[in-house]
Amino acid sequence: MQELINRAKELLSDGTVARVLGWRRGDLPYNPEPAYFSDEASLSEFVYNGFCGANLSKYMIEASKLEGKTLVFLKPCDSYSFKQLMKEHRVDRGKAYIVGVGCKGKLNMDRFNEMGIKNVLDVKGAELDDTCDKLIIETLTGEKTCEYKDAMLERCHVCKGKEHVVYDELIGDSADTVDADRFAEVERIEAMSPEEKFEFFRGELSKCIRCNACRNVCPACSCRKCVFDSTKFDSAQKANVDSFEEKMFHIIRAFHVAGRCTDCGECSRVCPQGIPLHLFNRKFIKDINTLYGDFTAGAGDEERTPLTSFTFDDAEPGTI
Amino acid sequence: MPINENEEFRPKIVAFCCNWCSYAGADLAGSCRLGYPADVKIIRVPCSCRVNPMFILRAFEKGADGVIMCGCHPGDCHYSTGNYYARRRMTLLFSMLDYIGVEHGRTRVEWVSAAEGVKFSQTMNEFVEKIRSLGKNVRLGDLRCRN
Amino acid sequence: MQRIGVFVCHCGSNIAATVDVKKVAEMALMEQGVVHAEDYQYMCSEAGQAKIAQAIAEKGLTGIVVCSCSPRMHEATFRTCAERAGINPYMVEIANIREHCSWIHKDIEEATKKAVILMRAAVAKVNLNAPLKPGESRVTKRALVIGGGIAGIQTALDIADAGYPVDIVEKTPSIGGRMSQLDKTFPTLDCSACILTPKMVEAAAHENINIYTYSEVEKVTGFVGDFTVDIRKKARSVDMDKCTGCGACQEKCPSKRTPSEFNRGLNNRTAIYTPFAQAIPNVPVIDRDACIKFKTGKCGLCSTVCAAGAIDYEQKDEIITEKYGAIVVATGFDVIKLDNYDEYAYSQSKDVITSLELERIMNAAGPTKGHLERLSDGKAPKNIVFVQCVGSRCSDNRGKSYCSKICCMYTAKHAMLIRDKYPDVNVTVFYIDVRTPGKNFDEFYRRAVEEYGVNYVKGQVGKVCPEPDGSLTVYGSDLIDNKQLKISADMVVLAAAIEPSESVRKIATMLTASIDTNNFLTEAHPKLRPVESPTAGVFLSGVCQGPKDIPETVSQAGAAAVKAIGLLAKDKLMTNPCTAKSDELLCNGCSQCANVCPYGAISYEEKQVNDHGIRETRRVAVVNNALCQGCGACTVTCPSGAMDLQGFSNRQITAEVDAICR
Repeated sequence: MQELINRAKELLSDGTVARVLGWRRGDLPYNPEPAYFSDEASLSEFVYNGFCGANLSKYMIEASKLEGKTLVFLKPCDSYSFKQLMKEHRVDRGKAYIVGVGCKGKLNMDRFNEMGIKNVLDVKGAELDDTCDKLIIETLTGEKTCEYKDAMLERCHVCKGKEHVVYDELIGDSADTVDADRFAEVERIEAMSPEEKFEFFRGELSKCIRCNACRNVCPACSCRKCVFDSTKFDSAQKANVDSFEEKMFHIIRAFHVAGRCTDCGECSRVCPQGIPLHLFNRKFIKDINTLYGDFTAGAGDEERTPLTSFTFDDAEPGTI
Repeated sequence: MPINENEEFRPKIVAFCCNWCSYAGADLAGSCRLGYPADVKIIRVPCSCRVNPMFILRAFEKGADGVIMCGCHPGDCHYSTGNYYARRRMTLLFSMLDYIGVEHGRTRVEWVSAAEGVKFSQTMNEFVEKIRSLGKNVRLGDLRCRN
Repeated sequence: MQRIGVFVCHCGSNIAATVDVKKVAEMALMEQGVVHAEDYQYMCSEAGQAKIAQAIAEKGLTGIVVCSCSPRMHEATFRTCAERAGINPYMVEIANIREHCSWIHKDIEEATKKAVILMRAAVAKVNLNAPLKPGESRVTKRALVIGGGIAGIQTALDIADAGYPVDIVEKTPSIGGRMSQLDKTFPTLDCSACILTPKMVEAAAHENINIYTYSEVEKVTGFVGDFTVDIRKKARSVDMDKCTGCGACQEKCPSKRTPSEFNRGLNNRTAIYTPFAQAIPNVPVIDRDACIKFKTGKCGLCSTVCAAGAIDYEQKDEIITEKYGAIVVATGFDVIKLDNYDEYAYSQSKDVITSLELERIMNAAGPTKGHLERLSDGKAPKNIVFVQCVGSRCSDNRGKSYCSKICCMYTAKHAMLIRDKYPDVNVTVFYIDVRTPGKNFDEFYRRAVEEYGVNYVKGQVGKVCPEPDGSLTVYGSDLIDNKQLKISADMVVLAAAIEPSESVRKIATMLTASIDTNNFLTEAHPKLRPVESPTAGVFLSGVCQGPKDIPETVSQAGAAAVKAIGLLAKDKLMTNPCTAKSDELLCNGCSQCANVCPYGAISYEEKQVNDHGIRETRRVAVVNNALCQGCGACTVTCPSGAMDLQGFSNRQITAEVDAICR
């Protein structure tokens, strides 16, 4: 972490960048938050550890409009989001100085709860320099330990890879954290009967409180004005609480990001209700890979996505 | 009037037809008096690529029991490539609907040329039959608020 | 708030017999915005239109719904009517209660219910309509004719005579097409070359006609009045300006083993060749696949003997880009491949030939110098069997479902010519039906039977067996006498079905012109607009639209020319105002829409915007209305809904959905 801070200070002082976009210590040790640092002094607040799951690439949309370059720290998976935003002309590559940071898997506090580890005061073993195989958790009732991977976010178990697809320099090592099949859960649902599928999703989506956290955090969901906030589709009055926007939100959201979603998993990470929203996106990704060939949004340089391209002999809708 | 339990289920079916092929195919079905159930109501769009998934979800949400989209045969799109994009969009959308429990049979894409009045009528007859067998769609109201 | 008038048409009894039109009008008055509703016998009639105009004036209508036949039929009529009465023509919507309702339903109650719903959807839409104004676009006063057969030549001549420049693009080395391969023509039996070659010469000499042979259309962009076309002029390896057409090169060329395309592969040609003696232009091409110089680097004989120094081995393909106001497709036809018809032994015996091959055999300039002889042994045939409908009127998918139309007549012609020249030859024709609608056609067929004694047998041939002695045994059925026939023949002629030229699919795609399941180009209306393609500015000439004989082809060629001239005579065209429009405040500038636009109509600009007080420069999509054709692909790709289609907006379609599902 100190290496990142030192490098940030250098780049600020030699004028390469005007500000730094990173993570700042939160009110608790396990909830750091995205933050801008405009001078060397403020960098004392900077953290980077296993809890820095937040994908900073979306912040670069606004940062691209600011004067001067912004130093942004991107994890390997975040770099896909940034690259995708580059292809969509939403971020200015020239306004970003990208330090690709290593990642050994990011942690999910809910896992501690599930393991019965409550009242957490501090967590050790999740720094960039740590080996990240064991965690030591200091709690009100004493010190506990757990396997690092048992506390990882779902997305890290199916990590896209350790390589950054766009960067200016790299700091820190990454670890291979893959130990699960990315599409296993999608396949499990696909195998259900229509009734079971419906019950599953009704159960999950009934928890939704439409806080829009998923939309706000999603790097692909970066419209200036969301279609669900505009009257463009609705002939009914906007004030109607039962109007269309309130309903198909998650399906349409997934459709709108289909082919552009990098599967960064931020939607599921930030959902306060714990809805596995990534299951929508991953269904589209699975279908796209199966029907149109393996595709990873954000990889490569091609601007066209599977939904803005075609082949003459694509599968017919009725055949799948 | 008491509701007769044996009363035939009359589904609500929305058909999106592209102006150049399928709408003309439907016209031809009409000119040839090739009937299909009145449950089908056609909305004219310039091209199948104009059909936004929002329209389809909206139809279901407003009580449609089935939605069918018809366009020019692949390769014959009046706008040359529209139906290719539509094909991908609908393939993915219908797969998603199936994934959340809306039976595949409630959605359909059929390519109908301006000369295929017979096919249009047959398709609509088949589709209505299918929807009748599936019964009323109760799964695309508000997924979120049912409990 | 709109003031909408709803007009329900009886269409005589077409609608009124199945739909309670009064009820539809009555129900209309309960819809939002509707201030007037009435029904009338024929809304499209002058009296009906007068009623609409009167209601617009008296009730101050701002929008109109006509419940009538398909908008494809009378939308334009009612739009013009509305415009004359003082409201914007795009404030009119049609509820199709005839083709989509009264004609397909029998129960009055049910049909009326549906008609009401269709009316509601149209009213819901018109509530959200906005006046639209067509733009204007210019007309390039030049026409392109694709294909240099008789259809293309005639169209080009007619357009050129009217004073407009025309370019003909022909993929083979010479114009002339299929007609140049024919010997005689029915029903007059005049020689094909004698009537065609003067037209070819006329076209070549016409000051308004420019011919690109050995060339193909490579790319088409633009739209009616303003097409931009890339033409690939394939390397001829012969300088057209220097060549005198002396023919010395062809005499000396040592590569003589390439099957002659013109003679249907019945004999060979040299590597440097003109397809036939009267070719226009009379400039040979080098077939680089066959040429020894190109294959091995050694030879160069043609260059040595060419006194004019016209041979140019270094010549490259050339791309010519030209602008056109109108395009006429005249790509013609080919004979189907007979791979699926093994029972006729076409691939096994040289003496089983197609009718087009017989044309070459009968032709004085053909491989046998016009002598009727067997290709296997050069002997004169004594018994010839003609088989009709080989691949035509086929109910399985081995062949074509349609009638090729010309075969009955050319077979009668062949039979008659053979009997005339070789009275000792027996001619038998197996047919399903003999179809002779056409001026002097049936008389012609009857002469074949009555005067020339051609033996017509109603029935089909099941099998042709080549025998060891070189003869062919034909097994057929005679349906009239109800017996099986076994005929020993020396020659079998197959009336193979015709199909659109292979190149048509590619051309149709480039022109965004639609083709049917048989690859024939679709006309804008089968009866009323038979020479126009549904794509504005593209016209159809000849067999590319459907099977037809020479007189029909020439008539259609003239008709297509007139349509093209009508277009070229205009200085400006009105463009479709139902184009995409981007809301710059919602646009993300992500380029997704530009990626799916088939017309390149969307570009991006860095634009100063004022978004509720935030002033900034944004990358936003801008639609070129002259290029946009209004397909709407962009609107669905746009996640924010910034891109919308005028006349078919998101809100309008949503309102229709709502009205139908209400």
